[in-house]
Amino acid sequence: MAMEAKEIEDMIIKALPDAQVTITDMAGDGDHYMARVVSKEFIGKSRVSQHQLVYKALKGKMGGVLHALSLQTETPK
Amino acid sequence: MSEAQNFIENAVKTNDVVLFMKGTKDFPQCGFSGLATQILNYLNIDYTDVNVLENEEVREGIKAYSDWPTIPQVYIKGEFIGGADILRDMFETGEIRSVLDAKGIAYSVAEQ
Repeated sequence: MAMEAKEIEDMIIKALPDAQVTITDMAGDGDHYMARVVSKEFIGKSRVSQHQLVYKALKGKMGGVLHALSLQTETPK
Repeated sequence: MSEAQNFIENAVKTNDVVLFMKGTKDFPQCGFSGLATQILNYLNIDYTDVNVLENEEVREGIKAYSDWPTIPQVYIKGEFIGGADILRDMFETGEIRSVLDAKGIAYSVAEQ
């Protein structure tokens, strides 16, 4: 059972309220998404830590029901 | 410490570059793992591949070890660098080369 793009977006925003989230369904199968997340929470953090923040927002869905989520994290310009 | 954790600790600490992946460097069995091997192969890096599909305990243990939920995972001189996305971003921005230089890892890029 895959996840809906909206569900992913909502979970990320719940944990990172200021985040701008853009989700692209890469394969049209609801199982391979690219998420671009822009948040000031990422400022001063390594890429690994930035991605870990997003994975924590997804509360263990990552790697489980959500097989493939490519992440692009950025700090606000 | 469990056998899997010992194995992980040893693999990470005794190899300069190690890639925990699905499949092997010659036969990756997942797109993301394949991407990681392509990048490391392109840079002619000498790395050790660990096929997590052969050991479920290692497959789950490595995720706890780095607090990272997916495979592949790249380690350089014992430090977790990232998964396929981060490795691709670092490759595209050239950041991977400064990390390799800083850690004294040999690499080369075939001239086109």
